[in-house]
Amino acid sequence: MPATQLPYVPSSVRRPGEPFAMTGEGKPTGFTLSAEDRRVVEALRHGDETVFLALVERYYATMRRLAAVYVDDPAVVEDVVQDAWLGALQGIHRFEGRSSFKTWLLRILTNIAKTRAQRERRSIAFSNLVSDDVEGDEPAVAPERFLTSGRWVGHWAAAPASWATVEDRLAAIETQTYVAQAIQTLSPHQRQVIILRDIEGLNADEVCNILGLTETNQRVLLHRARSKVRRVLEQFINAA
Amino acid sequence: MTEELSCQELVELVTEYLEGALPPGDVERFETHLAGCRGCRNYLEQMRHTIQVVGHLTEDHVAPEAKETLLATFRGWKRGETPPSPA
Repeated sequence: MPATQLPYVPSSVRRPGEPFAMTGEGKPTGFTLSAEDRRVVEALRHGDETVFLALVERYYATMRRLAAVYVDDPAVVEDVVQDAWLGALQGIHRFEGRSSFKTWLLRILTNIAKTRAQRERRSIAFSNLVSDDVEGDEPAVAPERFLTSGRWVGHWAAAPASWATVEDRLAAIETQTYVAQAIQTLSPHQRQVIILRDIEGLNADEVCNILGLTETNQRVLLHRARSKVRRVLEQFINAA
Repeated sequence: MTEELSCQELVELVTEYLEGALPPGDVERFETHLAGCRGCRNYLEQMRHTIQVVGHLTEDHVAPEAKETLLATFRGWKRGETPPSPA
């Protein structure tokens, strides 16, 4: 995704060569905070409004999408985003740099959205456990697409076509709208994972960290989500 | 020589393959199958297109009112005020 360019952070925020005080530093977490994240955190701690607004803009779409997995009402989604920012600001002095700023922020958002969903009595919609969502049979491709007998059992009966010639159509706005709707029909866990992985472009570790998933469950959820979106997209392309 | 993959098995390994999570032996079986199967090559290509289309979903921009509220929150925080807890 095109990240909003962060504005230049004046060097007066810290003297050259002065080490950053991130309290978690030196602890063996296997994670090193990027120079940009250090600048961002320091700027927020110093109350830099320009940096704050750039971050708001940069993470707005992701925060809304992620919040919308938990709560329906757009006004409540907006509240969750606001509360997450407030939580982040109130906790910024305790930020230890054990994960990226983005991971940390989205984890705060997820916790707030969960609490809010319970309060809005939407917990029923989200009550299915991750385990229910990764177990059971959910084939990537309908079984009838494969041969069921003979020497070539398990091979394509109806093979997928190349999409090399429909690239314009794939990039069309109506296709995007269709795909956005397909994502809405995914289970909440699948939706969270595909939003963070494929829309936001986070890596698997970051997503496991934000959502509290095991590596395997994260991958199964991603697989099911992408496979389903592909199926929908294939129907859409074939119907054209 | 390990057993050949079927197309139906391959489609379930696509994400592990793309994530680099397949053990080396399975990568070899996967790629051997791909080399001889146009349908599966198309399938993999479709998955890559799918990821791309999802990745290009249009971004929301922050509504001006939302920005104002967030800025007010930020300024309040700077002054050390505790905002009223959300209704």
